[in-house]
Amino acid sequence: MSQIIVVIAGLLVIGFIAWWFFGKHAVATVEAQVEDQTQTVDVKVLGGYSPERVVLKQGVPAVLNFTREDPSSCLDRVVFPDFGINQPLPKGETEAIKIDTSKPGEYTWACGMDMFHGQLVIE
Amino acid sequence: MSITKRFWVSLLLSLPMLLEMVLKPFGWMLPGGHWTMLILTSIIMATSARPFWQSAWASFKKHHANMDTLVAIGTATAYLYSIYAMATQQPVFFESAAIVTCFVLLGQVFEERMRNNASNAVSKLVDLQAKDAVVLRDGQPQRLPIDQIVVGDLIQVKPGEKIAVDGVITAGHSTIDESMVTGESMPVEKQSGDHVIGATINTTGALTFKAEKVGADTMLAQIVELVKKAQTSHAPIQKLTDKVSDIFVPVVLMLAIVTFMVWYSFLGASLASALIFAVSVVVIACPCALGLATPTALMVGTGRSAKMGILIKNGEVLEAVNDVQTVVFDKTGTITNGQPVVTDIIGDDTQVLTISAALEAASEHPLAAAIMQKAQTAGIKVPAAQEFQAIQGKGVSAAINGSTAFVGNDKLLAGVTITQALQQQAAALQAQAKTVVYVGENQQVIGLIAIQDTPKATSQAAIAALKARGLHTVMLTGDNRRVAEAIAAAVGIDAVIADVLPEDKAAQVQKLQENGKVAFVGDGINDAPALTVADVGIAMGSGTDIAIESGGIVLVKNDLRDVDRALALSKKTFNRIKLNLFWAFIYNVLGIPVAAGVFFAAGVTLSPELAGLAMAFSSLSVVTSSVLLNRAKLETNVAMA
Repeated sequence: MSQIIVVIAGLLVIGFIAWWFFGKHAVATVEAQVEDQTQTVDVKVLGGYSPERVVLKQGVPAVLNFTREDPSSCLDRVVFPDFGINQPLPKGETEAIKIDTSKPGEYTWACGMDMFHGQLVIE
Repeated sequence: MSITKRFWVSLLLSLPMLLEMVLKPFGWMLPGGHWTMLILTSIIMATSARPFWQSAWASFKKHHANMDTLVAIGTATAYLYSIYAMATQQPVFFESAAIVTCFVLLGQVFEERMRNNASNAVSKLVDLQAKDAVVLRDGQPQRLPIDQIVVGDLIQVKPGEKIAVDGVITAGHSTIDESMVTGESMPVEKQSGDHVIGATINTTGALTFKAEKVGADTMLAQIVELVKKAQTSHAPIQKLTDKVSDIFVPVVLMLAIVTFMVWYSFLGASLASALIFAVSVVVIACPCALGLATPTALMVGTGRSAKMGILIKNGEVLEAVNDVQTVVFDKTGTITNGQPVVTDIIGDDTQVLTISAALEAASEHPLAAAIMQKAQTAGIKVPAAQEFQAIQGKGVSAAINGSTAFVGNDKLLAGVTITQALQQQAAALQAQAKTVVYVGENQQVIGLIAIQDTPKATSQAAIAALKARGLHTVMLTGDNRRVAEAIAAAVGIDAVIADVLPEDKAAQVQKLQENGKVAFVGDGINDAPALTVADVGIAMGSGTDIAIESGGIVLVKNDLRDVDRALALSKKTFNRIKLNLFWAFIYNVLGIPVAAGVFFAAGVTLSPELAGLAMAFSSLSVVTSSVLLNRAKLETNVAMA
């Protein structure tokens, strides 16, 4: 009897994992507000990035403030491959990252091991 | 709490349990038994392992899973089950939870150190920068921080001091060690009028130079920018791992559940042993090794090449280099020096040079420049000439000391006399693809000057090295066939494509691409399209900005032998990436089934402790292999600079 319960429960958990991790879920997006000719977005680093999608305006100097609250070394760097940025994020400190917004497009950022991703849109 | 501290706490508290594991067969038991274990493990869980939980939970809420998810689930399962088992008087495995935590943290401590090691090439480059310089302001020398130097400042440099920014020498004479920027190990002699590079070291004499490029415009700043971009770039081979890492952790969790189900429900294992297998699966799986395989190798490889004066712009270029079959060279300025020089003088040296220098003094023709250069080094006193007369398309004539002198090409020969011997010598020189200038006085040719753009001293060795690699070498030039073939023969190039119009260079490269991947080496503005079209564009560092912008690899030293070194290093780095990926994949592909107990019948199983150790070792080994790339021997046929 317990064997059957384990099989049913196991399948249910597998189904849940598939739905939770592979299903489509809304991504938190923040659009930058322009103030004094600069645009700033605060990104919290905890279990990934919040927000995960940042929209910047083209041509306005932009700063992304990354604050790592996550204890994991997985997230101890943030890498913007298109901008040549590889910034260490000491835990609990806010690191300002300047973004060159001269070219519009969709860019990505990732943690040092390329496990967590964020999206940067310049338009 | 830092990772290192977390590691020490977990190690200290795990030691008694480790000791018991080893000494159990000899009858030694931990004082206090299960209760001691419970207390020790609980402290480890609350201090060392808690951050895994925090991170895993934060990720989970955002529909993500990572390494920490696996460690957290693995250790927590072992810990919580042991509490249940203790309450129901069954065997416990607190030690698994404790020791896995300890091993995983050990791996992370080393890995963190190694990763910092891999990425420090850029900070080393930045450190090369001079901190301050003695600047002349209002005629007074002042020591100013480097960021206050502006273009046009006159800067004094004493022997042994660093040159602060890029500029041109206005006074003094010295030898300069440029190895840190260009990779060139031989110090370079410089004097007034020569350019100096910021961050290089002035060794022997005192210099004054005028700042021409400061801040982000300096060569060092641009190299740093290039290396940064290269180090964070993606290689196409990574796309596969990107896909895998997205689904890796959830899939492993599913596999662990399947493992538990199969052992418990179908194979009739006890709850405890089924759970052990599942925990081992969760613990051994290591997405980190996969994720680290490419970026760390790319970082070390591009960093090392930058130190050699070879700037590889991104991972894509690095990967493309591996399939290159043909290397195409631009001639002028790439294989040759790009400046015609006088190679032979027939007749009375002094007389011929004196006359020709006097006539060419006012000319801006490149051939005239070669003659003037020669006259200067020979110490010729150039007399003044009057009544200049340009003979359209033929040459120039003028009066010197009362007689009419002329300098020109063979079209000028009509109406003047020339001895048979000189005619034969002229033909012989032309056969060597040299440009012959006739020099005469009073309607009589008195001598010849042969001028040629000579190959760089290193070109021959460079091309021999590429051929030894089995590559096909081609020269592409706008020059005429005879000149091109003479140069090709001198440096040993396989094939020549001559008489190519500048706008057709890219088309020629495309044609060659039909037979495999092509690397193009060039330096001029007219090379930019070909550099872009080629699978790998290699720009000479002395070249124009546009060429450097278009190239995928930049050779700072301007030494053609660096083409071979660049190929060797790219191949080495790419092979290391492949090795890392192979190792990381194989590790997971083999490790997970073993941990799941697939080979149980053959007597091969893995306890969670060993699984944790294997996991820590796998990502560590990948990063170590990348860092070792710094020391790897390069297979190149040219001497290492």
